[in-house]
Formats: sequence, structure tokens, C-alpha cells
Amino acid sequence: MNAQQPILQVRDLEKRFNISGDFLDQLKFQGGKIVRKQENVHAINGVSFDVMKGEALCVVGESGCGKSTVARTVMGLLKPSGGSIHYNGERIDQLSDRAVLPYRKKMQMIFQNPYASLNPRKTITQTLEEPVRFHNPGMSETEVKDKVKAVMFDVGIDPGWGVRYPHEFSGGQRQRISIARALTLDPEFVVADEPISALDVSIQAQVLNLMMKAQEEHNLTYLFITHDLSVVEHFGTRVAVMYLGTLCELAPTKTLFATPRHPYTQALLSAIPRLQDHRPNHIKLQGEVPTPVNLPSGCVFHGRCPHANDRCRQEVPKLVPQSDGSQVACHGVEEGRL
Amino acid sequence: MALLEVENLEVTFGLRQGAVKALRDVSFTVERGERVGIVGESGAGKSVAAFSILNLISRPGYISGGQIRFEGQDLSKLSSDAMREIRGNRIAMIFQDPMMTLNPVLTLGQQMVECLKAHRKISTQEARLIAVEKLRQVHIPSPEKRIDQYPHELSGGMRQRVIIAIALLLDPVLIIADEPTTALDVTIQAEIMELLLELCESNNVGLVLITHDLGVVSQVTQKAIVMYAGRVIEQGPTKEIINDAQHPYTQGLINALPQQTLPGQRLNQIPGSMPSLQNIPAGCAFNPRCEFVMDVCKQTLPGFTRSGGCQVACHMVREMKEKAAQEAS
Amino acid sequence: MTTPVEVLDIPTRPSAWARFKDTHLFHSFTRDKVAMVSFGLFVLYALAALFAPLIAPYNPYDPASIDIMNSELPPIWQEGADPAFLLGTDAQGRDMLSTMLYGTRISLMIGICAVMLQMFLGVLIGLSAGYFGGRVDSFLMRMADIQLSFSTMMVAIVVLAVFQAAFGAELYADLAIFMLILVIGIAEWPQYARTVRASVLAEKHKEYVDAARVMGFGSGRIMWRHILPNTLSPLLVISTVQVANAIISEASLSFLGLGMPVSQPSLGSLISSGFEYIFSGAWWITVLPGIVLVVLVLVMNLLGDWLRDVLNPKLYKG
Repeated sequence: MNAQQPILQVRDLEKRFNISGDFLDQLKFQGGKIVRKQENVHAINGVSFDVMKGEALCVVGESGCGKSTVARTVMGLLKPSGGSIHYNGERIDQLSDRAVLPYRKKMQMIFQNPYASLNPRKTITQTLEEPVRFHNPGMSETEVKDKVKAVMFDVGIDPGWGVRYPHEFSGGQRQRISIARALTLDPEFVVADEPISALDVSIQAQVLNLMMKAQEEHNLTYLFITHDLSVVEHFGTRVAVMYLGTLCELAPTKTLFATPRHPYTQALLSAIPRLQDHRPNHIKLQGEVPTPVNLPSGCVFHGRCPHANDRCRQEVPKLVPQSDGSQVACHGVEEGRL
Repeated sequence: MALLEVENLEVTFGLRQGAVKALRDVSFTVERGERVGIVGESGAGKSVAAFSILNLISRPGYISGGQIRFEGQDLSKLSSDAMREIRGNRIAMIFQDPMMTLNPVLTLGQQMVECLKAHRKISTQEARLIAVEKLRQVHIPSPEKRIDQYPHELSGGMRQRVIIAIALLLDPVLIIADEPTTALDVTIQAEIMELLLELCESNNVGLVLITHDLGVVSQVTQKAIVMYAGRVIEQGPTKEIINDAQHPYTQGLINALPQQTLPGQRLNQIPGSMPSLQNIPAGCAFNPRCEFVMDVCKQTLPGFTRSGGCQVACHMVREMKEKAAQEAS
Repeated sequence: MTTPVEVLDIPTRPSAWARFKDTHLFHSFTRDKVAMVSFGLFVLYALAALFAPLIAPYNPYDPASIDIMNSELPPIWQEGADPAFLLGTDAQGRDMLSTMLYGTRISLMIGICAVMLQMFLGVLIGLSAGYFGGRVDSFLMRMADIQLSFSTMMVAIVVLAVFQAAFGAELYADLAIFMLILVIGIAEWPQYARTVRASVLAEKHKEYVDAARVMGFGSGRIMWRHILPNTLSPLLVISTVQVANAIISEASLSFLGLGMPVSQPSLGSLISSGFEYIFSGAWWITVLPGIVLVVLVLVMNLLGDWLRDVLNPKLYKG
């Protein structure tokens, strides 16, 4: 298998959420006239990236940067407002519910909140068996049961738990059940949306290990969404840093942590609370994250960037490949100022 | 005399399955101007410990034993009026969710002035001036304008700054912060932590910081208390605990952090999960998950052993210390 | 490396009954005296209604067993009573006890059937409105608003009066029970639709629904098999109150002469039939079924209140 083959290609992805309500709410009285006004949240603005076969691409960013929206749009839970998504060369973002079914088997998702992602009224066995039956109508009852049992063993849960309901389990155990549910269909591509951020430290390690084991055994490709950079350093093959719906930097993990290029990435890295240093010595950003309703002109980061100049305020920077294999969207880096 | 002394604190929750002890035998002290971190995973009892200091435990929970002395006064013997006086004036509390503490229908100024006037005999103008000054202290830009805004007009980080300003309003000597940055992003968390650190140092205010994040503890506090299943299992100077943890659980917690392993390798996980308070195993509560478990761990509860500047509740550490002492003699 | 399989601390799963005994529902029930008494009374009502033909000493529907000579006999604790009629007789000489048992049976049946119809319509409409959202939602909810702006009584009176006038009293008497169920059922569906829609809107954004969508399940399967079971608690709560309301509606209609005919009396028509005699001293014909009706409705409302307190997710998370 060629390691450099992209399994997922996202091009100029855009997603806007209309927040102006229904028709009557949109009517505003302005300057003596009634006008119709629509407001949008620009959650993703032209994001492009590839996910290579067998890698774990981590998307990091702070809350509201659109990383979860990317995950949900890739999985087809949201319809993109613009751009395209290709899976193994086939465009998947405009398929009908029926046509998308074969991709549902190959692409699976693990959710953030283990307390909400399992149906509280279904036993574990019901939750795990339903997708197997649904996607493999030809399978006999024993085959379904065997498959589910095998997956449960795989993620380290006793098949005897199957008769219980989700509320009888701890957060870590539930997250394993969620992983088991994703694995029952033998997917090749898994989107994990903050799978460990709701868990305790000692449990986080268990779940991360399990995900790495699954990656090796089932040859999985991950799109891993997280806000926790220390996890990324450990888990990711490459890292994409997002800010306000745009990609600032996309680089191999080692390169990114050794030489972060984008000013925002630098600030983000310096803010990780590390064990050994005794004084926080982070890069302070001025101001606050602007609202995604009225996007700033030019580079979305210019209002907080210590190196911003007039060009940054007017012109939107593009992702430019660098000599070390990373891609950075920053005028300063492009001009060699930084 | 220490600023705050907690001695053998025990908190019980009367549930329908029977009484459950959420805290057992918790003792620690906070000196004037000292920053103490209480670390533990969810269910370890760290928040219960913080809330019981201010007697804010709500039914069905109650303090069933032990003493909490603040500036030498036994807090359990105080009337509710005197307790309220201490709560506002001497000890301030910062909660995880800023919106829980801020009233959404009042401006920041109204809330701060009200708080000041409730505890001090001053005019509204004076109170307002103090409020603006405090907002400036927590680095809120143009505090004269911000003071007339409503909480929803501020970002999450700004709100947490306002909460800190309110906590500082009456110049307390102790701040209890319960996961103050869990709801915030890393860059904002770093700013808030630095602010707390700076304020505590410049005003000589004591800090009890409740958190699950060892990184934050190592950066902000001088003393760390590690809790597991309602008990303190290790406490001592933060540096010693981070660099040379003695208790297998503390070691496990530190080693489980992704930064402690090389990229791509398996993390050092602690197997199993924390027992629920209803069925804590006999002996040391950590014994089913401990890789060094011995027979004695399953039977007797370990007492504290001194190790350097730390106190550790672990049979293995005690035996090692005893052996070392024998060899030395 | 193999992942160690965690073994759960409790080896066997307790039986369904043992698990039920451990639920919050059961515990708060055993602590709440009002709930226990209400539930006991409700069970009593249900049994009485179910076995009315076996318990009742007479069959009030059988003209042969009625003797006009026995009319307006008082209950046995009053003077002039006949020990054969425990609670006296009505104006036609029917045994009050038997009539009330049969009346309760009819009232409860209409109440429960009407509520089942309401629930069916309400769940169907509420689920679609909540799940599909947008225009479907707007359209269905405006329909609900319109339906609610006609009061139940107004709709029922108009429909039943027109029906009675058009098809004559005879045919009406035969079909009264179905007509009442239909009218009360249709008039009150928006209550259910709104409740279901509200819970669906809350559930729809939970991750387990997204998980089901990621699995590729169709809308129907997600709506009925995944979301609906999670909206049952509020449905249960309003159902108890709705049954009480339906019984009251039926009694009011019967009292107005638009409900059950005197030959097959419900509690409402019994009250109505005795009303003329209340000043001639035969108070029991109205008062006794009145008490039965009031207690039944009270019990249902108390049960509903208790259920709402117990199942309210804001008060109790579990």
C-alpha cells in the first residue's frame, strides 16, 4: 500500500450557519425602510487538506475555531456550504442518503462525550449489534454475535457486559464501547472528535493506547480533533492548526513542535502547561478571538498578531509549502520576516 | 499559626443506599500567602474538600468529623452570620463556570458595588472606584467602560477575570479556586493562571487550587496534595512530588501524561478505574490498580510515611524506608 | 500487545424485578405516601372497571332486572332503604352501585382510549415536526396552534350536536362511545405533539443520534427506534394528567346531554340524570357518582404530579 496516497481530500471547504432565524425574524427596520437581513456564522472558511492512508492527522485549535465542524462535515453530518470532499477519489459531499451508505461502512466516528454518545435506552449489545445487522443483511445471527464479541474483546470489555445499559459504566468504559461501535463495521477511516477530553488523566492514557492499538491492528487512518496539544505531539503523524475557521499551519508533528512557524501556533505551543517549568512563560496574545459572524479582513489572526502589518490587514494569506515540509498561511513567514 | 488548618476532615453523604463517606481523614494546612494545589481525578473528593472548607456542602452531604480552623477559629463552631462574614471578607471562592457566579441581569458594576456595600459601610461612589481599581488589577482593558456591561457581553476569559476581580474585592487572605480554567482554552488558561499567581504573590494571599491538571499544579503551586477515593495519598512540596513522586498512583498519573513517553509509543496507562465511593476496596483503595501490590495492601490501610519533604500513604514506601533505616544503622 | 479485558465487579446481573426495586422511581414511590395511596386507589378503580360485570350485583343494562317500583331508594344508612341496594337506586330503579361500577368502566375506557388516540396523533406529528424541523415543523406547529385555539369543549359540542341532529338519537346512542373517543382524542393531540417535539429537539442534538446517522441509519429508524424511546418519560407524565382531563371532558359532555346516553350511563351522565332529583331529596343519585369522579380525577392528577417530580431531569439526573 502506498503510504503517500490520500484517502481523504478536502478542498476549499466552507460552512456557514444561518443565525438570522426564519423569514419574519430577518426583516429589520432600517433608515425608514424594511430590509431583509441575513447573518451567518462563518464556521469554516476555505479549508483544504489531505489525509494520507495510515496516518493520524490531528486538527487542533481553540473552542470555536471550527475543528469540530470540519469533522462533522467530513462525516456528512453537516452539508458543506462550499468546496468538495473526496474519499478515495470519489466525491462524497453531494451523495444521497442511499448512495452514501457504502461510505458509512468505511468511515466511522468516535464522539466527544461518552455520556451522550450511547443511546441510554439500549443495552450495549443492542447498540453494537444494530449497525452490524444493518450493514450486513446477509449475516446470520451467530455471525453477528461472534463479530460483536470479537470487537468487544478487542477493546478490552467483557462480552458479559452486553446486557447492561450505558449508565452502569464509567466514562472510560463507555468511550471504549463507542470505539467498539465504530470498529464493528471494520472501517478504514475514523474521525475522532475530542475522544478523550471528557475523561480523567489515567483513563485518557488507556483510551489513547486503545486507539493506537486499533490503528495498528485494523490499519486505520485517523482524523483526530483535539484541543490538547500534548496529546497531538504523541499521537499525530501530522498536525493542522486552525484559527477562526481557517488553517494556519499544517506540518509533520515533529517539525511543528520543533519549529512552529505561524505566530498563532507559537502562542498555542507556549501555553501548554508543562510539568517541569516552574514559571509559565508563554507568549501573550493581545485582544480576543473575533466573532465568526463578522470576520476580520485579511488574515483572521491579524488583530492579535504581534507581527501584523498592512498587508496582513488586507490580504488573506494562503497556505504556502515550506522547505521543511510544512505549509504555513502567514504573510510574515512568506516574506521571511518571521 | 497556619492560616488554614484542616484536620481529619470527614464528609458523609446520606444516600438511600446508606451513608457514603466522600472524604476520610483529610488533613492539610495552608500558610499565609502559600499556594496549595489539590489534585485528583473526578470522584477523588477534591471539590468536596474545597466546598467543606467554606461549609458549602449541601444536603445530603454533611461534615461528619474533624476540624477546620481558619486563623485559629474553628469554623464548625461559628454561627451562620459569622460564617457569612468570613466567606465574603476573608475567604473568597472562584468556581469553574463563571456564569454560575455572575448574575446575568445585573451589570458588573452593580454586582461588585452590592458586594462591597454588603460588607463595608461605604458610599456607592467609593465602592465603584474600588471596583474599577480591581478590574484594572486583573488587566481588564478600559475598566471604566466594562464596569457597566452585562456578563454576556464578555468572553469566557474576560468573565473569569471579572470573577477573580470580585474574589479580590474585599481583600481576602485566602482564595479557593475550584477548577478555575477547565472551561477555558489553553492560551486563556495560561493567562488566567499567570494572573492568579501574580495577584496571590503581590497581595500575599493564600490559594487553594483544585485541579486535575498536573501541569497547572506544577506551574502555580508550592505544595501539592494528591487525593484518591476520598483520601489524601500523598502531600508535600510540589517540586518534589512532580520530580520524584513516591506513591504508585501519583507516579502513574505523571507517567500517563503523553509528554512522558516518546511519540508513537504506548502511553504508560494505569489499568482499571477509580472505585466508586460505595465500594472502596479494603486496605489501600488503590490496591486493585497498583503494580506493586502486596498482601498487606489488601488488608490494612497504609498510614503516612515521611519521605523527604513529602508524606506518603503507601505500604511499599514505608517498607523501603524501614529497610533503608535498618541498613543505615 | 493485547488489551487486558476488564472484568466487571458484579458477576451476575440482578433480575429485572431486583433492578426495578433499585430504581429512583421505586424508591421515591415507597417514600411518598400520597403516591402510594393514589396508586392504590387507581389500581382499585382499574380493577373495579375491569371486573364490573363480575362485581356488580345487578346488570344495569338489562331492562329485565330493573323495576321502576324500586326507584329513588336511599343508601342503606338512611331510613327507608332496601338492603338489596347497598347505595340506593336511581330514578329508574337501577342499583346505584352497579351503575357506578359500569359508569366508571365506561369513563375510564373513554379516557384511556381517547388518550391513546391523542398519543398516536401527537407522537406522529411531534416526532416529525421535531426531527425534520424547518418548514415541516412550522406547518405542523401552526396546525397545533389552530387546534388549540378551539377549546376541546367547543369542538366537541359542535361536532356531537351536529352528529346527533343529523343521524338521530338512536344511531347516536350506539356510536356515542366511539364519537366521544374520536372527538376528545382529536381535540387534544397538540398537547402531545408539543411535548414530544420539545423532547425530540433536546434529544436530536445529542451525540447518540449523530452516531446513528454516521452508521447510515434512515430517518425512520432513528426517529422511532432511537429518539422516541428517550422521550417516553415526559409522555408518561402528561398521559396521567391527560386521562384525567379526558374523563372530565367526557363527564362535562355527558352532563350537557352530548355524551353517553342514559341507557349506558358514564359517571357524567349519571350525575346529569340525578340532577333533576337533587332538590326532591334524592341527593345520592348525583353526589355518589360525583364523589367517584372527583376522587378518580384527583388520584390521576396526584399520580401525574408525583411522576413529574420524579422524572423531571432537572431535579434528578440518572
